[in-house]
Amino acid sequence: MTKPEQRPKREVITGPRRDVRRRPARPVTDEIDDQTRVGQVYLRSLIRAQLLLGLSTVALVVVPLVAMPILFGFVPRIRELQVGPMPLWWLLLGSLVYPAILGVGWWYVRQADRNEAQFTDLVEGR
Amino acid sequence: MNPTLAAAGMALTVLVTIGLAAYSSRLARTTGDFYVASRSVPAWWNASAISGEYLSAASFLGVAGLIMAGGADAVWFPVGYAVGYVLLLALVAAPLRRSGAYTLPDFCEARLRSSKVRLIASALVVLIGWLYVLPQLQGAGLALQILLDTPTWVGGLLVSITVLVVIVGGGMRSVTLVQGFQYWLKVVAIMVPVLFLLAAWRADASPSALTDAPPVFDDRTTVRIENPITVNVSEQLTLEAEGTVDGATVAGSLTWQPGQHTVADGTTLVFPAGATVPHLSSVPQLTGAGWGQPLQSGEEHTLYRTFALMFALFLGTMGLPHVLVRFYTNPDGRAARRTALVVIGLVGLFYLAPSVYGMLGRLYAPELLLTGRTDAVVLLLPQAAVGGLAGQWLTALVAAGAAAAFLATATGLTVTVAGVLSQDVVSKRVRDPIVSFRIAAAAAVLVPLLLGLVAESLPLARAVSLAFAVAAATFSPLLLLGIWWPKLTDAGAAAGLLLGGVMATAAIAISTLVPDLAGWPGALLSQPAAWAMPAALATMVGVSLRTAHRITPGVDRIMIRLHTPEAVAVQRTWTARGLR
Repeated sequence: MTKPEQRPKREVITGPRRDVRRRPARPVTDEIDDQTRVGQVYLRSLIRAQLLLGLSTVALVVVPLVAMPILFGFVPRIRELQVGPMPLWWLLLGSLVYPAILGVGWWYVRQADRNEAQFTDLVEGR
Repeated sequence: MNPTLAAAGMALTVLVTIGLAAYSSRLARTTGDFYVASRSVPAWWNASAISGEYLSAASFLGVAGLIMAGGADAVWFPVGYAVGYVLLLALVAAPLRRSGAYTLPDFCEARLRSSKVRLIASALVVLIGWLYVLPQLQGAGLALQILLDTPTWVGGLLVSITVLVVIVGGGMRSVTLVQGFQYWLKVVAIMVPVLFLLAAWRADASPSALTDAPPVFDDRTTVRIENPITVNVSEQLTLEAEGTVDGATVAGSLTWQPGQHTVADGTTLVFPAGATVPHLSSVPQLTGAGWGQPLQSGEEHTLYRTFALMFALFLGTMGLPHVLVRFYTNPDGRAARRTALVVIGLVGLFYLAPSVYGMLGRLYAPELLLTGRTDAVVLLLPQAAVGGLAGQWLTALVAAGAAAAFLATATGLTVTVAGVLSQDVVSKRVRDPIVSFRIAAAAAVLVPLLLGLVAESLPLARAVSLAFAVAAATFSPLLLLGIWWPKLTDAGAAAGLLLGGVMATAAIAISTLVPDLAGWPGALLSQPAAWAMPAALATMVGVSLRTAHRITPGVDRIMIRLHTPEAVAVQRTWTARGLR
């Protein structure tokens, strides 16, 4: 381990360094490029995460909207609810729905960016 | 009504559009310039352009009209038009941008490596484009007839000529500036009158539109009948008429018993103050309270119609060819997501307004329920509710906004359709690409113009929802599977596109030609997306699984390209052929 030098330095002998993560022998980007099993696993996990996120986003918006005509159509008590002079139906579907979907969309964009950032960190070994 | 101001409003929109197009085409001479320039376009401006192209006559005029006639059930039109972008954002935007494909046919060819699927996709783009342009031209005809008293074909012809001038002049290659401007014009043109309308309504002691009675004429009202109509009368009514009523010539006082009555065109009817408004036979007569609540219209299978409409609009948006083209102007996948997010905000902002017009229309312009021309409510309400000089200026403003609506959408669609026709049809016969594009543009404008002369006019927003239904039954399953499912094969895609396209088109054709179909056949055929889209999706999956040997060679490389962020240094050697 010690190199021959004119003035030998004192050295501490330890085990392998644990504080620095070992870089993979090959960058994962190469694995993906070569379409090896490892590369496919990384890519599939990204696609699955993004698909799950996308479908959750759609469900978050579509499920309440689909419930709306059923609830209002068949439960007269809900149908007659008012907020001030405005019937609840018009308050929800005439105005509040638009900021609501904007909010869900904003959440989706953040999460999708985060998934991609994680993937980037992973494959570039940072 | 002062026609001069309204005409000036429309003419100004046309001139500014042509001027901006000419100006921006001088800025960017080549398509290369256009793309390079587009890389520096911020997401919000790009989103303005997408929203400008998207908000058509159906949104500007039609949505308020349908809400006025149909009430609570009709809110699904604006909600659906906006929610479609949530699906587009969450499932399509970034991967589509990363595919590098410019148009939907490009995407098909790139993802499936099949020129046959490309051809089917091209045919569908043309079909959807024409279905979508048709109501724009009819909307223009309606607006000009209402405001300037011209025959209905004049508006469509003027829009077609303007679109041709703009496109053949070459300006629309750099559309971002023009269409971004048109979005903001439309928002101002619909929002500013809302403030005045609400003020006028409050000054009028805020009468409720949600009463227990059907709408009545507040004052003595004269209505001129432009098209022959059949109306339902609910209680005995004495009115004055001049013209032909129930097949007999009348001039003077007339009593209508409850039941159906026909009125010939050219007849003038004068209703006394306080009379209940007779409704056109195809418009449900609703009390104010029934109007304000869902599923009260008495139409058959309302719940199915509601869900099928949601299905068509939610899924159809991602398959609209003129919208997807614009996502290419984003620099990368992340920017495409941001753009789609801003579009949700911009489109949602616009859709706050139509319900107000719909509600106030029942109070201040109830004669539209008699003539059935509720699509005109946005144009007529400022004069009817505000009146005076302010009313005239507001009418000019909504007229300018309406002109922006037909022009933006008609131009965007015509460019898209002409591009496809030129690339896949005309250029095989004509060598010069510019000549080829011009021939294609003329064809792209001419066909819907001629169709508009023969086709019966549907309510605008309803007519546009048919184009959404075809998009939902064809491109929506193709994009979803093409992006997320590597096993989609060219054979599966072709089978699903053909099946979905044929089923949706046939259903629309039958329900338009035989409008009186009752029961389930009527409901299913008039809203086909809810069954045609699942059928197309199942066909794509089923045929793909049986033709697994045809899975696109190198599909893993394609999936890498679609889904890895641009920041990751992987090879992206695969490129779409359409990339220029």
